[in-house]
Amino acid sequence: MSLLFYIFSGLMLGFGIMVIVCRNPLSSALCLVISFLGLAALFVTLNAYFISIIQILVYTGAVMVLFLFIIMLLDIREEKSKDWNFLAVGGGVVVLFGFVVQLISVLGGYEDGKQKMVPFPEDSSHEDVKMIGAEIFTNYNFHLQVLGVLLLVATIGVVVLSRRQGKEGSENN
Amino acid sequence: MPTLNEYLLMGGLLFVIGLCGVMIRSNIIVILMSLEMMLSAANLTLVAFWRFGGGEGLPADSYNAQVMVFFVITVAAAEVAVGLAIIVALFRSRQTVDVEELRSMKG
Repeated sequence: MSLLFYIFSGLMLGFGIMVIVCRNPLSSALCLVISFLGLAALFVTLNAYFISIIQILVYTGAVMVLFLFIIMLLDIREEKSKDWNFLAVGGGVVVLFGFVVQLISVLGGYEDGKQKMVPFPEDSSHEDVKMIGAEIFTNYNFHLQVLGVLLLVATIGVVVLSRRQGKEGSENN
Repeated sequence: MPTLNEYLLMGGLLFVIGLCGVMIRSNIIVILMSLEMMLSAANLTLVAFWRFGGGEGLPADSYNAQVMVFFVITVAAAEVAVGLAIIVALFRSRQTVDVEELRSMKG
């Protein structure tokens, strides 16, 4: 269990670093797919099976295919061997070290975080699909419908944004 | 068995990798991917707190945290769709996806 945790978190973090190191956006996208697969495996170790499946279906299935499709559509080549912007790289490294130091100091003093995981209670009140469904369709029903409206607005917005403009110059508003 | 702190550390590291990606890279598609990593790191933290929420390493009784993660994933998917449409519109008008070349609002 512990070994699997370290394997999958190493996979997630390693390919996450590869995403920002690779010069080719296509390699970045494929590395992000593997990073998200590692994250989904971490959700399985946390006994959140439904969230894990949703993560694979939505992120690696839909979102990353969208990314790859856009990269293909825009025909983006590998970046020319342009020098790194040293101001940006320096700022990134400073933020990285500051954040990691703060993270370690906060987590070191967090006593509740030292509890070890015990085996998951496999009783009827911990079947996650059933419990999440009951929660969504009773307590969070209104929020779910707002989310539906959000998706509708996003769909219409995408259609409006990607409509080819210029031919009817007066029509684009 | 892993502890809560280890999961929180992994979530924080994934978040900071995404933050560095946003700051370092100049390709706007990679910046959007790094944003996705940051959102996923927040999801990992939420699920970890749920799994240890009952105390003594037991999960919390309420499933509110996973509902929240479900909503975050849905909003992130909508955000990616809109963001990529904006990138396509940007590419049509400027023929670039490099944020260093977008200087028209620089004083």
